[in-house]
Amino acid sequence: MNTLNTQFIVRPAASPAWLRWAAPAAGLALMVWSFGWQSYPLYVMTQVLIYGIAIMGLNLLTGYTGQISLGHSAFFAIGAYATAVLSHHLGWPFYVGVPAAAVLCFAAGFLFGFPALRLPMLYLALSTFAVAVVTPQALKWKQIEWLTGGVQGIILEKPMFPGALADRADWVIMASVAACALCAFLLARRILGSQFGRLVDASRDQPLAAAAGGLNITAIRTQMFGLSAAFTGLAGALSVVVGQFVSPESFPFLLSVSLLVGSFVGGVRSLWGAFLGAAFIVLTPNLAESLSKSAPWMIFGFALLAVVFLAPNGLSGWITGLWRNRANSSPTQP
Amino acid sequence: MQAFLHQIASGLAAGGIYASLAIALVLIYRCTSSVNFAQGELAMFSTYMSWALVQAGASWWVAFVIVVVGSFMLGVALDRAIFQPLRHKPVLSVVAASIALLIILNSLVGWLFGHELKEFATPFGGVLSRAEPFLSAHEAGVLLVTLAELVAVFVFFRFTRFGLAMRAVAVNPSSAELAGINTNKVLAVGWGLAAVAGAVAGLMAAPIVFLEPSMMMSPLIYALAGALLGGIASPVGAVVGGFTIGVLENLLGAYVVGNDLKLTCIMLLIIVTLVLRPAGIFGKTAQVRV
Repeated sequence: MNTLNTQFIVRPAASPAWLRWAAPAAGLALMVWSFGWQSYPLYVMTQVLIYGIAIMGLNLLTGYTGQISLGHSAFFAIGAYATAVLSHHLGWPFYVGVPAAAVLCFAAGFLFGFPALRLPMLYLALSTFAVAVVTPQALKWKQIEWLTGGVQGIILEKPMFPGALADRADWVIMASVAACALCAFLLARRILGSQFGRLVDASRDQPLAAAAGGLNITAIRTQMFGLSAAFTGLAGALSVVVGQFVSPESFPFLLSVSLLVGSFVGGVRSLWGAFLGAAFIVLTPNLAESLSKSAPWMIFGFALLAVVFLAPNGLSGWITGLWRNRANSSPTQP
Repeated sequence: MQAFLHQIASGLAAGGIYASLAIALVLIYRCTSSVNFAQGELAMFSTYMSWALVQAGASWWVAFVIVVVGSFMLGVALDRAIFQPLRHKPVLSVVAASIALLIILNSLVGWLFGHELKEFATPFGGVLSRAEPFLSAHEAGVLLVTLAELVAVFVFFRFTRFGLAMRAVAVNPSSAELAGINTNKVLAVGWGLAAVAGAVAGLMAAPIVFLEPSMMMSPLIYALAGALLGGIASPVGAVVGGFTIGVLENLLGAYVVGNDLKLTCIMLLIIVTLVLRPAGIFGKTAQVRV
């Protein structure tokens, strides 16, 4: 299985050398600068980072594995509820509860993906669609009310920080989320660049040939589905740390739709594009809600249509394309 | 016993609604090999149009006819504008476009008519009152309409040239094209007919669930379950599946799990069907030549 000839697989062009220094430096500068921010811009930035992680999870599935999920709101919910329950009922601190939630979501994704991924792509979309619609109702189930808090949900206490950081709790939370986002990004990049990542590429682009070559496609897709669920679950868990509240109504089918819109707008085949998509879905309602309650969704819908027709690789693909054109036209290029 | 029969009868009536919507899903599946996730919203949109017409003073059946014709044209227009250009694109694009349509229609209706519940009149009031213990007049009407629709679909596919052309396109679009069938025209009509079947489902459902922009979300899941159970490529399967799900849903709700978990059970049924028999009861497993 590991003897796949990788010689002919086209690798995407490496990012320019200056970007490898500029991007972390800009990130660091932003973190330092944001220390003085008011709580509202900090909140917006935190939301962008959280949804960015969730959309990265979706991209691992949609863009890299070639499968559709309309049910990622369910994994977001599982991550959130796992963290809330571990903290509320067992008193676990967030720094233990959040990773535990991500691991649980990996297991949930793996178990769900195991039967569903043997079928053609469309059927995964159907079954995940059903899961997303059912999630809020299942969370309200009377028999598990003692665990989930039923319709009321669970309210948690705000995490406390020692010393000088106590005044800047919002910033510390944002910085922790940013650290998680960075870890998730590096992990995803490492996985996609590994031998396993190339098997994923093969299973997406040439499933029949890959299967004929001895690749267990279902196993690869199931692992990627688990990974994808873990990322989105991590985002859900972090959303609890930020908001200290979960309730069934926070995870409607429309959350799955938002994630999908973000994924397409940012570009399904990009990891950093996920954060562009997240910025889009976080900022659009802020800007458009003054027009009408329905306006953000109208914009989401037309944005999704526009991306499908005009920019199949999303914003990140568009930006990369601009850069590549410039690189190609410059005379210094060998 | 009386109560049990009553549950079955109203399950059949609800099943009629799911069957209509399932027929719409099957028609689109045969045209595009994809599922139109906006089918429920499309039905909801048609229902709101009919409500607006009745509100403006039209009688129920006049509104019905106008909406059926309008829905057909809307379906054709959507195919021409959105789905025809995507015909040779990956399934991912088609699914994304139908999701986009879902949220656009949902927010458009919310913007035009508001999000609060609205009452919707039934055209079947007063008729059939002798059957009342088992079946309300509206439920009996729904059953009749569904059966009529089923007969119409059967006659269309079996006895008309256009139905034959549509079956040919569904089986093999490129061969049909070579045989002189205008595939684009056939598929556009398929979209139109699906929109009509959806509109009928919406108009039948609205007196029961009340009008609101998300009213067709649960019926869509039930209809999907029905279509999958019967076989997503088979209109007959869709109808049988729709009725089965309707009865099952009512019995589960009344005797087994209560109203809260009905949808969850149906979701599990979808997953179990997909695992055990992905082609459904009436479907044939497609053989792919490599």
